[in-house]
Amino acid sequence: MSFLDYFRSKKTNTANIAKERLQIIVAHERGHRDQPDYLPQLQQELLAVIRKYVQIDDDMVQVEVDRNDRCSVLELNVTLPEH
Amino acid sequence: MHRFVTHTHKGIAALAKIIVVTSGKGGVGKTTTSASISTGLARRGHKTVVIDFDVGLRNLDLIMNCERRVVYDFVNVIQGEASLNQALIRDKRVDTLYILPASQTREKEALTKEGVEAVINELSETFDYIVCDSPAGIEHGAQMALYYADEAIVVTNPEVSSVRDSDRILGILQSKSRRAEMGQDPVKEHLLLTRYNPERVEKGEMLSVGDVEEILAIPLLGVIPESQVVLNASNQGTPVILEGDSDAGQAYEDAVARLLGEEREHRFMTAQKKGFFSRMFKG
Ligand SMILES: Nc1ncnc2c1ncn2[C@@H]1O[C@H](COP(=O)(O)OP(=O)(O)OP(=O)(O)O)[C@@H](O)[C@H]1O
Ligand SMILES: [Mg+2]
Repeated sequence: MSFLDYFRSKKTNTANIAKERLQIIVAHERGHRDQPDYLPQLQQELLAVIRKYVQIDDDMVQVEVDRNDRCSVLELNVTLPEH
Repeated sequence: MHRFVTHTHKGIAALAKIIVVTSGKGGVGKTTTSASISTGLARRGHKTVVIDFDVGLRNLDLIMNCERRVVYDFVNVIQGEASLNQALIRDKRVDTLYILPASQTREKEALTKEGVEAVINELSETFDYIVCDSPAGIEHGAQMALYYADEAIVVTNPEVSSVRDSDRILGILQSKSRRAEMGQDPVKEHLLLTRYNPERVEKGEMLSVGDVEEILAIPLLGVIPESQVVLNASNQGTPVILEGDSDAGQAYEDAVARLLGEEREHRFMTAQKKGFFSRMFKG
């Protein structure tokens, strides 16, 4: 290791940071990639129905479709407010 | 080598391989790549046409040095205002190469699916390769450019936003291309990493080829180094692949060879070993 390399190695390796950030965001976006087009609309309508009974925020309803070889599962997660 | 068979309206089974050059992100080197890949294919004797899909922002003509020979364009052909023969421009350097320029005045929506299909089918009757230079983005123009593709060259810079956008475009290739919609074999994907700077990679300032391959998980077609020759070539309207002495030109030549199935070792991926003096002074 040369004298100059010594100083160089003290700098942060920004490429590693870039790689880690990309791995996370790309994995996240791939997860949402195959979701059917009707999902956002479905989410809005479900929200409206639930709001007839409980007051909840937009992000309290999560809708996802999980596909595997044999069937697809519509997964619905509703977080109710504390009372 | 598998080839895609198109049955045209005349019932002729024509053979043309359709390659889209795409990226999502703008300014990463799609047009530079389209010009060089199409020139490289044509120089190897394959009858090749390169289509500019960037309606409203025509630039391929400049890179190919035929901007003053454009009379009719892609949209004129789609709308029946000119024949393909009238619109195609024959390259002055490589006689098996033709350019179909984009329209400068119309909207991207002028590219209809039916219109593009008709043009591609007609080209398929006489050409071996159809190279589609995609506009940036993931909207209509980019989707039209990739819709009929058999293969895709995903041009990526070693930089966060470019890599992320490449992944987006891969998702579109896998869901919205004709091959995906028809349930055929998927579009064959190739990673072309451009504007690569091995010195900065070694300093930990730039994503490495390995990093990008790991994230995108598609086969590597080539690495094109960041090179001043690219600007000089585009200034003169010379596809950089014709600058045979340059690193970027040779890297494109290798990429063409690999596209045709040849095995070539990857080059230009490590920093030049510096002499004692330049190391002392550059730090
Ligand atoms: N390997 C390289 N080394 C240096 N400069 C490059 C390299 N590749 C491309 N460039 C430069 O990057 C710029 C953008 O290139 P180009 O026009 O090919 O990108 P593009 O992806 O087609 O852009 P757009 O999305 O606007 O269509 C140009 O100035 C070009 O000269
Ligand atoms: Mg371009």
